Amino acid sequence: MDIYAGELPALIALAGGLNWTVGFLTTVAILGILVLGLNIQWGYTGTINFGVVAFFMVGAYTSAVLTLDPPREFESYVGGLELPVPVGWLGAMLAGAVLALAVGLPTLRLRDDFLAIATIGIATILRSIANTQEGLVNRARGLNGIPRPLQQQASDAGLDYDWVLLAIAALVLLAVYLVVHHATASPWGRVLRAIRENEETARSVGKPTANYRVQSFVLGGVVMALAGAIWAHRTGTVAPDAFDNFFTFLVWTMLIVGGSGNNRGAVLGALAVGLVWFGIPLVQEDLPDALGTRVFQVRQMLIGLMIVLFLLLRPQGLLPEEKTVSRHLRAGGRRQTRWPLFTRRRPGG
Amino acid sequence: MSEIVHLTVIGLIVGSIIGLGAMGLTLTYGILRFANFAHADLMTLGMYLAFFVVGDLGLAGAELGPLSFGWGMIPAALFAIAGVSLVAVATDRIVFRPLRDRGSGFLTLAVASLGIGIMLRAAIQIVWGPAQRRYTTGIHEAWTIFGDVKIKPDQLLIIALTAAAAVLLYLLLYRTRLGTAMRATSDNPQLAEASGIDTERVRQGTWIVAGALIAVAGIMFAVQSQLRFNAGFEFMLLPMFAAVIVGGIGNPWGALAGGLLVGVSQEVSTEWIDTGFKPAIPFVILIAALILRPRGLFGSTI
Repeated sequence: MDIYAGELPALIALAGGLNWTVGFLTTVAILGILVLGLNIQWGYTGTINFGVVAFFMVGAYTSAVLTLDPPREFESYVGGLELPVPVGWLGAMLAGAVLALAVGLPTLRLRDDFLAIATIGIATILRSIANTQEGLVNRARGLNGIPRPLQQQASDAGLDYDWVLLAIAALVLLAVYLVVHHATASPWGRVLRAIRENEETARSVGKPTANYRVQSFVLGGVVMALAGAIWAHRTGTVAPDAFDNFFTFLVWTMLIVGGSGNNRGAVLGALAVGLVWFGIPLVQEDLPDALGTRVFQVRQMLIGLMIVLFLLLRPQGLLPEEKTVSRHLRAGGRRQTRWPLFTRRRPGG
Repeated sequence: MSEIVHLTVIGLIVGSIIGLGAMGLTLTYGILRFANFAHADLMTLGMYLAFFVVGDLGLAGAELGPLSFGWGMIPAALFAIAGVSLVAVATDRIVFRPLRDRGSGFLTLAVASLGIGIMLRAAIQIVWGPAQRRYTTGIHEAWTIFGDVKIKPDQLLIIALTAAAAVLLYLLLYRTRLGTAMRATSDNPQLAEASGIDTERVRQGTWIVAGALIAVAGIMFAVQSQLRFNAGFEFMLLPMFAAVIVGGIGNPWGALAGGLLVGVSQEVSTEWIDTGFKPAIPFVILIAALILRPRGLFGSTI
C-alpha cells in the first residue's frame, strides 16, 4: 500500500485535470455555438447584436420549462410539461426565432447602431423580468432539476456522464457548424456579405435587403437559443443572475479574436478566449498577490483589452475571412495559387 | 395624488442626472458619429475620482451649509472633471482615432467602446473593490417644499447644477469659436474640414466637454444614491441612450428634455408597477421613439 501513497495525489490531480478539461471543452463547445450564431449576424451580415445573452437566456428557460416536472411546493413557474429534451430544444429554437423577430422587425430597418442599443436593453429587461415576475420562472430562486439528457442510459452503460455531455455538445456544435457553413457559403450568404459591405448596392441590384437582414438575425437568434437550451440541460439549473451582460461581451470577444466572417475562426476564438477566461483562475495561486486576489477583475480587464487590441492591431482576427465568390470557385480561381509558384521559379530559370 | 407629486419630484432629480449625462453622450454621438457604450463607465469613473479626493485622501472638509458633503467636494469635482476628460481624450487618441483614420465603420467604433467600458469597470473594481461606498454618512434633513412633498438640499443642488450646465453648454456652443466649430463638424464633417476647421481638435474639445458633463453627472448620481463599480453601466446606460434618441441625436437640449421625460416616467411608473420593472421604462420609451420618431422629438442636429 505504501508504494501508492506517493502516487495517489498525483493521480487524483491528473483525474481532476482531466475532469476539468472535459468540462472546459463542453463549455467551449456551447460557447462555440453561440459565437457561430453571432457570426451569422455580425460576421456575415454586419448586424450588431449586444444582446446575445438574451437569446441564450430565452433558449435556456424555454427548454427548461418545457421539460421540467410541474412546480412543487414553494416553486412557481409556467410550464413543467415533462416533455422530452429534444422537444425542449426545438421549443427553445422557436422562442429564439420569436425573440429575434420581436426585436428585429421594428429596429432592423432603422440605423444599425439603434439595434445595438435595443439589444443591450432587451437583455437587461428580460433578466429583470425573470427576477421580478411572480409565477413566471420562479424569480431569483431559479429553476432546478432540469432533466439531463441520456443520464439514465449513460449510467446503465457504465459511461462517465461528463463525457456524454461533451459528446452531445460537440455533436450539436458540429451540426450547427455545418448548417451555418452551408448557409453562409450559399447564394443566400453571398447576399448577406453584400449587405455587410454596402447595403445600398445590394438593394440596387434588386435584393430585398431588409428581408435578408431579418432572416440572418433570426437564424443567429435560433442558434444562440439552442446553445442556451444545451447549457440549461448541462448544468441542470438556471437562475437570472447567470445571464449577465458580460456574457454577451465574452461571446463578442471570442468572435473578434477568432475572426469575424470565418466559421472556423468563430470556434477557434471560443477555444482561445475560453482558455484565457477559464484558465486564469487555475493559475491564481501562482500569480503575484496583488493580481491573485483580484483575478476575476484582471481577467475581465483582459477581455476588454483583447477586444480593443484585436480591433486595432488584427481586425481580421486569428483566422481571417476567406474571400470567396462561391464554394465552387475561390476568388481569383486557381491562377492565384499557381502564379506565385511561377514567379518564384522565374529568377532561377 | 401627493404620492404622484412626490414621485414626479424624485423623477425630476433622477431625470436631471440622466439629462446631464445624456447631453455629453449626445455631443459625442453627434460629432464623433458613433454610440459610445463606455459613456456610462466614464460616469462611474467620475464618481470614484471624486471619492478619491473626499474619501481616500480624506479631504472631505467642513459641511457646506445644509448639504450632505463638505467643501472638499469642490476640488473633488474639479479633479473628477479633469480626470474623466483626460481618460476620454486618451482613449480617443489611442483607440478611436486610429480606427477613424483607417475608415472603420461606426459599428466597429461602438464595439471598441464596449471593450473600453469593460476595461474601465474592471479597473475601477481593481482599485476601489466591488463593494458599495458613499461620500458621507449620516442623515440629512429634508426641506418641505409644499404640502407634504419633501426635497433634500442635495437634490435641489442637483437640479440647479443641471440647469447651470445647460446654460454653460448653450454659451459654449453658440458664443465661442469651438462651439461653432463643433456644430459645423456635427452637421457635416467634410464640409467643416474643407472650410478650414481642424476637426480633430474639435473632436478633442468634444471629449473634454462630454467628459466634464458626465463626471458631474456621476458625482450627482453617487450623492443621490451611492457608488458602485457598475452603477453607471447598470442604471444609467439605457436611460441615457433613451434620452439621447428621444431628444434627437446630437441635440443637447433634446437630450436634457429626454432625460427629464425618462426620469419622471421611470419614477412615476412605480406607483402602478413593481419597482423590478423600472429598467423596462426607458426601454419602452426608447423603442417607442425608434418606431414613431427615429429622428427624435426635437430633430437631430445641434
